[in-house]
Amino acid sequence: MHMADALISPAVGGTMWAVSGGLIALCARKVKQSTRDNLVPLMGVLGAFIFAAQMVNFSIPGTGSSGHLGGGLILTVLLGPYAALLVIASVLTVQAFFFADGGLLALGCNIFNLGFFPAFVAYPFVYRTVTDARGGAIRDWGAALGAAVVGLLLGAFGVVLETKASGISELPFGAFAALMLPIHLAIGLVEGIATVAVVSFVARARPEALYAAQESGVSNGRRPVLAGLVAVAVLLGGAGSWFASTRPDGLEWSIAKVSGKEELAGADAGIHGELAKIQGKTAVLPDYGFKPSGAEEGEAEAEAGVWPAVSAATSLSGFVGVLMTVALVCFTGVVLKGSLARKAKEGRSEA
Amino acid sequence: MGVADWIGLGQMDELGRMDTPMHRIDARAKACVTVAFIVVVMSFPRYEISALVPFLFYPLVLVSLGRIPGRHIVRKIWVASPFALAVGLFNPFFDRQPYGPLGVAGGWVSFASVLLRFLLTVGAALALVACTGMNRLAAGLGRMGVPRVFVVQLLFLYRYLFVVSDEGGKMLRSVEMRSEKGRPLRFRPYGSLLGTLLLRSMDRAERVYRAMVARGFDGEVRELGRPAIRFEDILFVGVWLAFFIIARVWNLADGLGLLLTGIWA
Repeated sequence: MHMADALISPAVGGTMWAVSGGLIALCARKVKQSTRDNLVPLMGVLGAFIFAAQMVNFSIPGTGSSGHLGGGLILTVLLGPYAALLVIASVLTVQAFFFADGGLLALGCNIFNLGFFPAFVAYPFVYRTVTDARGGAIRDWGAALGAAVVGLLLGAFGVVLETKASGISELPFGAFAALMLPIHLAIGLVEGIATVAVVSFVARARPEALYAAQESGVSNGRRPVLAGLVAVAVLLGGAGSWFASTRPDGLEWSIAKVSGKEELAGADAGIHGELAKIQGKTAVLPDYGFKPSGAEEGEAEAEAGVWPAVSAATSLSGFVGVLMTVALVCFTGVVLKGSLARKAKEGRSEA
Repeated sequence: MGVADWIGLGQMDELGRMDTPMHRIDARAKACVTVAFIVVVMSFPRYEISALVPFLFYPLVLVSLGRIPGRHIVRKIWVASPFALAVGLFNPFFDRQPYGPLGVAGGWVSFASVLLRFLLTVGAALALVACTGMNRLAAGLGRMGVPRVFVVQLLFLYRYLFVVSDEGGKMLRSVEMRSEKGRPLRFRPYGSLLGTLLLRSMDRAERVYRAMVARGFDGEVRELGRPAIRFEDILFVGVWLAFFIIARVWNLADGLGLLLTGIWA
């Protein structure tokens, strides 16, 4: 569920960048304070492990399909939430840079959806609540399954909210949620099973590796989570209003439209309701500073209204212009490449 | 994330280490311009197509001057496209309002716009990495104020990506040689296999850490020298930002079309 740039508006992407940037800064500070001095190389190697783990599939009993580890939950179990968020963020960054899996503008959204929810909501509130140090196998299974499902559902819901708030996809909110949530319920179960498989093996083979995280200097308490949520709320408000005043045109007119519907979907958790309210607030802000003619649908209609009025001659010139621009772009590429190739005596023609 | 993707990763790493005019531009300059590019592209109204076309110049100039094989980038964009395709494909079904001089449903127009934006944003991001390389990029991020711990994490992750995935690939091959073709692992072997890989990785981290401490590692990765911002870097940023602003304010493709049809008429 890595979001791509093509479906994110700058306002939503920028806001989530600010939020995730704040989270990373907070986690970086916490990790620096940690007494565990080998944490840094361990984090790096575990991030690489997540990539390798995603190459290996296992068969899901009774379904005939296969799944693999996602990584957010197991990292949190092994490293604690602060270090885990940094690792998840770095994995997502490398995926965005090298595999085009998730965009740069969408990176903030992806870090929040795939990092914050498993590390700071699912882990402390579900995993740590269900499991304890002497807990039996059934408790461990329940903890991992529950935490994985909760984390992924919240993340999927985040994807839906962010996509709708961006207003580039036409998918209705309800339909999109009805599409995303069941899929991620299934993925969450798979993630939980995979996490249990690995964690239970490590618990048998080398239990001290598992509990190192929990005894390390990085605390796993819930107080920081609440503090984090407050910080996120403030950031959302601050960044949202900043973007509202600098954005070039009425792109996120749909935030308000969606936020009207968000209240209906608050069934999942209190956090959703809170986030929805916060997003609703940030969505209201832009409208206040807006010139009357540019508000909401008015602008979209004006935009749509201009086109049909265009005469055939102008639309011909439009097509010619696009074609010529493409030709010009290709020509520039060929010329640039050609001149370099002549210098280097290698390199091929691009177009 | 399939095994085939890894071949691409090694290629990206090699591309990032080349030395061309584009590779020599400061990483910070390229990162800032690319982020600005993506923001400007995504700030267009959703039915926009023609005004987005001139923006193809940016990724293409990076790719050409950086001597990146275009096919490589195109293949990566193609591999990454399912998400944008899947979500954008719903537009034609929900937005059936006729739009534009041809009376095409608005949903198809916005779908085409989403695809073009996808091509532009992914192309620019890939071109940035192919022209910069992870080490220069991470160092640039560090100098732009990204927390030190995170930059170190990125570098470590990248360094061990190849090592750990190699190990994972070897394990996978040995499993494949001992089992029915194409059948995924059962649950229990999966757990022991990945668990072993995890423990091996953690041991390796421990060894690496000891080796690094023995060589004076104190939690920071130092770079050799601080490259100063050169005139070329400022020129790069200035010219591209100016181009983005002009192309955002005026529809250059339409303008060119008007000019050309005006000449012919």
